[in-house]
Amino acid sequence: MKFLCVFKKELRLYFGSFIAYALATAFLVLTGYFFYTDLIFYDLFGDFMDITTSLWYYFFQQDMRFVIMLILPLLTMRLFAEEKKLGTIELLWTYPLKDPHIILGKFFACFVVFVMMVACTLAYPLLLSTLHQFDWGPPLAGYLGTILLGAAFIACGTFISSLTENQAVAGMATYGVLVLFWFLTWNEEAIGQQLINSVSAFSLFDRFQDFAKGVINTKDVLFFLAMTLLFLYLTLQSLESRKWRGTR
Amino acid sequence: MIEVESVTKRFGPILAVDQISFHVPRGEVVGFLGPNGAGKSTTMRILAGFFPPTSGRASVGGNDVTTHSLQVKQMVGYFPERVSVYPDLPVRSFLDFVAEAKDVPRSERKREISRVIESCGLDKVSDRIIGHLSKGYRQRVGIAQALIHKPQVLILDEPTIGLDPEQVVEIRRLIRDLGSERTVILSTHILSEVSTVCDRVIIINGGRILASQSLAELRSQLQQTRRVRVEVEGPDARVRHVLEKLPGVEKVRGSEFGVQESESRARGPASNSNGTFIVEYTGDDIRKVVSRAILEHGWELLEVRSVEPTLEDMYLQLVREAEKSMND
Repeated sequence: MKFLCVFKKELRLYFGSFIAYALATAFLVLTGYFFYTDLIFYDLFGDFMDITTSLWYYFFQQDMRFVIMLILPLLTMRLFAEEKKLGTIELLWTYPLKDPHIILGKFFACFVVFVMMVACTLAYPLLLSTLHQFDWGPPLAGYLGTILLGAAFIACGTFISSLTENQAVAGMATYGVLVLFWFLTWNEEAIGQQLINSVSAFSLFDRFQDFAKGVINTKDVLFFLAMTLLFLYLTLQSLESRKWRGTR
Repeated sequence: MIEVESVTKRFGPILAVDQISFHVPRGEVVGFLGPNGAGKSTTMRILAGFFPPTSGRASVGGNDVTTHSLQVKQMVGYFPERVSVYPDLPVRSFLDFVAEAKDVPRSERKREISRVIESCGLDKVSDRIIGHLSKGYRQRVGIAQALIHKPQVLILDEPTIGLDPEQVVEIRRLIRDLGSERTVILSTHILSEVSTVCDRVIIINGGRILASQSLAELRSQLQQTRRVRVEVEGPDARVRHVLEKLPGVEKVRGSEFGVQESESRARGPASNSNGTFIVEYTGDDIRKVVSRAILEHGWELLEVRSVEPTLEDMYLQLVREAEKSMND
C-alpha cells in the first residue's frame, strides 16, 4: 500500500493548484451542453426512435468520447513532466519508494479525479429520469465504457508525460497519439482490408462503440484493461531507463 | 558507514566521476570540496540511490547502492543541489507526504514533523504554501525533508548556498549538531564552511580525488613550511642575499610570484613593487631574526608579517597541480 502516499500527494496537488477544478468546469460545461442538444434532438424526433440508439448512443459515442479526449491529456500532462521540471523527481527517486508505487499513485490519483468528473454527469440522466421513464442499463454501460476508455487514455498520457520534462510537449504528444488512435480506421479503402483488421485491433475508439450501444462485451473490457496495463508497463520502462541511460 | 570503491560514472561521452574510492566512518562529517562540475553532485547522487554508478561499488551501511537501493534510501537523508520542493503544497502537508514515503510509523508522524519543523526554524511558516516562501525558508524545508526519518547518513549538496549570512550560520550549527550522532557528507565550494563544520575534507576535481585528509592533517601539512612577508627599502639583490643566508630559510621570492594569490589580487598589482619578499622557512618564528638582520644592514624595515597558510592556498595549489599533471 506504499503507493497511497504518492496517491494522496497527487490528489492534494490536483485540488491545491485548481487544475482539477478548472478542468472539471470545462468538462461539465461541454458534456452538459452536448447532453442538452442530444436531448432536444431526441425530443424532436424521438417518437420514431429508441432512446438507446438515439440519445445514449449519440451522447456517449459522439460526445463523451470526444470530450474526454480533449480533457484527459490536460490532466495527465503534468504527472511526470512537472516533477522533472521542478526537480522534485529527484526527491521521489531518493525516497524509499519503488517505481511501480510512484506510477500507480499518480495513475490512480488522476483516475479518481476523472471518475469524480464523470460521476458529476450522472446528474443529467437523473434529471431526465424524473421527467421520462427509461431503462438504466444502456446509459450505465456507456458510463462503464467511458471509465475504461478514460483509464486507457490516462495510462497513455502518463507514459508520454514520463518521456519529457515539458508539460506542453507531453500534452501535445498525448493529443497526437489519441487522435491517431481515433483516425486509425477511418479510411478503409486507402489502407486495405487486411491492414484495417490488424490496426482496428488497436483502435481504442472502435472498441467503445458497443458500450455506447449499451452492450458490455467481456472482450472489450479486457481490451481496455490490457491497453491500460500496457501503457503503465511502458511508463515503468521509461522510468527505469534512468538506471542505464547516460542522462543527468 | 560509507564505502566507495573505484566508482566511475559516465554520461554518454562525458566522464563525470573517474575511479574514485573513499570511505567515511560512522559519525564523521566530511566536506566535499571542488569547483563546479568536479563530480561532487554526481557522487552524492550515487550515494543517495538516485542512479547507480557505471562501474565500481558503493555501499551505505553495508547495503550496495545498486542492488539494495531501497535499504540505502531508507538510511540516507538527501538534500539535492537544486532545492526542489512542491511549490503548491503547504509545508506541513509536504512533510506529511515525505514522512509517509519514508516509512515513519503513523503514530510517530505528527511528532516527527513537529520536531523537524522546530529544529529547522519553520514554526512560523508551517501552514503556508511552499511556493510563497522565501528562498531561505524553502532551503530549510529541503533540509527538513532530509531529516524527517532520522537518517543515519545525511548527504547535503551545497546546503548553504543562497542563504543570508545569519541563516548560513544557523544551518552550519544545525549540521554540526547533527554530525555529533550521524554521518554527514556535505559538498560546498565555500572553503571556510569546511573548516567550521567538517572533520575531514575530500578535495575533488575533474572527477578525481586530489586529497582526502582530516582538517588537522591538512593544517599541519600546510604549517610545515611557514612564511613571512617582508617589505624593505633597500637594494633588492643584496636584501634577498641576506635573507637567504638566515638560518632556517628555504626560499626567498619576490611577492609577484607569490603563492598568496588571493592577497596579491586584493592589494592590486601596484603593490607588487620590488622590495617585497616572501620568505619560506622551517622551525621557530623567524620575524625577530629577519628584522634584526635588515636593521643591522642599515636598511629601512617597513613590514614583517607572518602569512597564515589557508585552505584556499592548499586548494588552489592542489587544483593547479592536478591540472598541470593532466596536461602533461
